[in-house]
Amino acid sequence: MSTMSLRGLSKSFGNVQAVNNLDLNVEGGEFLSLLGPSGCGKTTTLQMVAGFLPPTAGKVLVEGEDITYVVPEKRDMGIVFQSYALFPHMTIAQNVGFGLEMRKMKRPQLQERVDEALSMVRLSGLEDRYPSQLSGGQRQRVAIARVLAIRPRVLLLDEPMSNLDAKLRGDMHVELRALQRRLGITTILVTHDQVEAMTMSDRIAVMTGGKIAELGTPQQVYDKPVSEFAYRFLGQTNEINGEISVSDAGSTAVRVGSASIPVEASEAPQGGAIKLFVRPERLRICPADNSKVKGKITTRLFLGGVWFYDIDSDIGHLRVSAPNLGAAQADEGETVGIDWNPGDMQVATPEVANG
Amino acid sequence: MADAALRQSSAPWLLSLPSLLLFVGLLAVPMALTAVLSFHVFEGMRGIQPTFTIANYVQVLTDGYYYELFLRTGLMSLGVTAICVLIGVPETLILAKMRPALQGTFFVVILGPLLISVVVRTLGWQILLGRQGPVNSALLSLGLVEEPVRFLYSMTGVVIVLTHVLLPFMIVAIWSALQKLDGQVAHAARSLGAGPITTFRRVVLPQLMPGILSGAIIVFTLAASAFATPAIIGGRRVKVVTTAIYDEFLTSLNWPLGAAIAIMLLIAIVAVVLGSNRLVERRFKQVFA
Amino acid sequence: MSNKRIDQNGPIALAFHVLLTVFILAPLVVVVVASFSDKDFISMPFDGASLRWYREILDAPELISAFWLSIRLAFASATLAAVVAVPAALAIARHRFVGRDAVMAFLMSPMMIPHVVLGVAFLRFFSIMGWTGSFFAMVLVHALIVVPFSLRLTLAAVIGLERDAENAARSLGASRFVAFRRILLPLIMPGVAGGWVLCFIQSFDEVTMTIFVATPGTTTLPVALYHRIAFLSDPVTTSVSTVMIVGTVVFMFALDRIVGLDKVLIGKK
Repeated sequence: MSTMSLRGLSKSFGNVQAVNNLDLNVEGGEFLSLLGPSGCGKTTTLQMVAGFLPPTAGKVLVEGEDITYVVPEKRDMGIVFQSYALFPHMTIAQNVGFGLEMRKMKRPQLQERVDEALSMVRLSGLEDRYPSQLSGGQRQRVAIARVLAIRPRVLLLDEPMSNLDAKLRGDMHVELRALQRRLGITTILVTHDQVEAMTMSDRIAVMTGGKIAELGTPQQVYDKPVSEFAYRFLGQTNEINGEISVSDAGSTAVRVGSASIPVEASEAPQGGAIKLFVRPERLRICPADNSKVKGKITTRLFLGGVWFYDIDSDIGHLRVSAPNLGAAQADEGETVGIDWNPGDMQVATPEVANG
Repeated sequence: MADAALRQSSAPWLLSLPSLLLFVGLLAVPMALTAVLSFHVFEGMRGIQPTFTIANYVQVLTDGYYYELFLRTGLMSLGVTAICVLIGVPETLILAKMRPALQGTFFVVILGPLLISVVVRTLGWQILLGRQGPVNSALLSLGLVEEPVRFLYSMTGVVIVLTHVLLPFMIVAIWSALQKLDGQVAHAARSLGAGPITTFRRVVLPQLMPGILSGAIIVFTLAASAFATPAIIGGRRVKVVTTAIYDEFLTSLNWPLGAAIAIMLLIAIVAVVLGSNRLVERRFKQVFA
Repeated sequence: MSNKRIDQNGPIALAFHVLLTVFILAPLVVVVVASFSDKDFISMPFDGASLRWYREILDAPELISAFWLSIRLAFASATLAAVVAVPAALAIARHRFVGRDAVMAFLMSPMMIPHVVLGVAFLRFFSIMGWTGSFFAMVLVHALIVVPFSLRLTLAAVIGLERDAENAARSLGASRFVAFRRILLPLIMPGVAGGWVLCFIQSFDEVTMTIFVATPGTTTLPVALYHRIAFLSDPVTTSVSTVMIVGTVVFMFALDRIVGLDKVLIGKK
């Protein structure tokens, strides 16, 4: 149960600032994901944590010990690589035993640890096969067993599921999560797949432009993010452009054309242009009469579990999603009202252009 | 229908026909004639006699001179192969770590000489390695030697120049094995606790072995069949199989004996190639399926 | 603790690399430098440079004629090799037939047979057929030894190609031959052309086999050069060699433009 912290970690390649003054604390036993689009700096961060890349500035601490410039082989970190990076010329048992052999562990004990690691990933019996004789899913399990065998202080997962098909990926999320909980290993996952980050993590750090834009539990970062970036990057969102107006009674509202949307005063800036964000599933279709906002359905999409309605409304183009409970609620071309609960329309801090 | 099927099955043969005609007429027939020639008798006064004999082969197989000739050629080729491995492996790894632009430049520098006539490259070495040549001047002025080293007409010189001529083939072979190597395996080994040297010995090198072996086969066979370099650098003092064949044909005019040596060289090379290919396949089939 | 990326070359590696680069370039550089000497013997032009050995080339008609013979021979044999290798490559890449592997091995075999052995075989064959001294016979055997290069590059071009474009042309009404000429041939042209250039260079540089079949009337430039180098120390060899080096570099640029040098040298697909 080792804690880990990154202090002011930075990396630049020439003029490109890949990671920019990153601060992050990972609790002992925590599962934390670095989530972001490609080029956001998440892989560079992982490489610095693993010791494959020296930072330009900043520190990497494990249990308070500065390991910033420690060579990779002395860090005691287990890394599951995107390609799995199995040793093709060694058997499964030799692959899993490699790290232990490097630690000068003797035969009977080594054997025991290899067996234990392989049974954890349910691969017992395949000890003498070569990697080329296994399926993609089995190879990934070998990669996991290989790092579990050394009982690392920190587990680093570098896009570990990206080479698996969708069904297998879903199963592995659940299995890996359970394994991590049971062993209590501090874990950092690097991924661009938000479903993966949400299903597995205790906390998610959403990254962009070499910085952390959003940090919190999966529900926090999805439901109530503070940054516009997180709103746009995670799931789907509607953006509404309006003007701040403060009424005589002191309540704050956002004016969009003829409509006025009340917001919580604490969130809103003092005046001027503003953006509101609302998730499609927080909007509801209701009868057009006496609704806050009206609009005409331009497109209706059926996705199995949900319906999507694209609506041209008084406050702009909106997407509304509704669970499929049988029949559709409205047809294309129909005029409908749109409703939501107070608080679902949110304000976020604007994205700063980042070179 | 039947017509179309027939056309389908005869198409590849029609397409290959021109090349096959050329190859049968100018490769199969001349090779067969050479094999026949090697069983003929040569008499100094009357030339080649069309009578069948195995005397030429008996002579090559029993005479210590030829035994030594083949042994010398084999050892020379082995030496060149070993040096090419020792230089080629590190150089290929260095190339792999270079920035792409530099990598491209040095590939042209290292592989480009393949396209320049071997006679020209050998001439360069003849100048470099001469008694008063730049290499000896440098060695003398650095005080590394007391008097000029004799590189020309020595085995040392031949091995140096053949290494220069054949190294590109080794680098190409190792490079293609390196391309198949997952770049993350070295990182994986490091993160599991292996130092740089252990990582190289236990993880990288074993995966380069197929490339090293196929490069070794190419370099060995090309060294054993090289002619211009041993002829110019080795001269008459360092005779190898190819230069011996040349002398039999164009100096002694004993064509049947020269043909017998040539056939022996071909058999030896084919045996080495097929034998090592089989070995490589058996050794690595399971791992790199 | 080192403060550098673990995948970077260290100082020892770089020193090794520099030494190797010197080793590789030294013989070529020394030939070019020596060609500017003004002495009667091969030497470094440190106490007097001149172009006399370039003028000397012009006074050596046998070298000039050997050069033109080599050019004609390389041109004709590279062309003949392409003419026979391109259809063969199509047969091998596009058809599954009994004996396919054998055909392939047969056509690649000149790469495995030592050129000395080929030279011996052709010498015997020419003397039996009465072809000794025939330029046409030289073209045939040169084409034979360069066919593997043309075949390899053409094969790589055909194998890398989807059949869809040809099928589309056929379905739009093109005949088999028109589909080949208008669709397939332009698509594989870089491979064919790269193969041609490589064959040209291989034929132009070939010495070991040619030395057996060359007669005074059919002496190629490398053979002429070989005789001068092996038996006398003639500075004109350095100026001729410099011309060949420069010519090869020009060809290398052409090859790089047409197919990319890496494809030719490393055999990448």
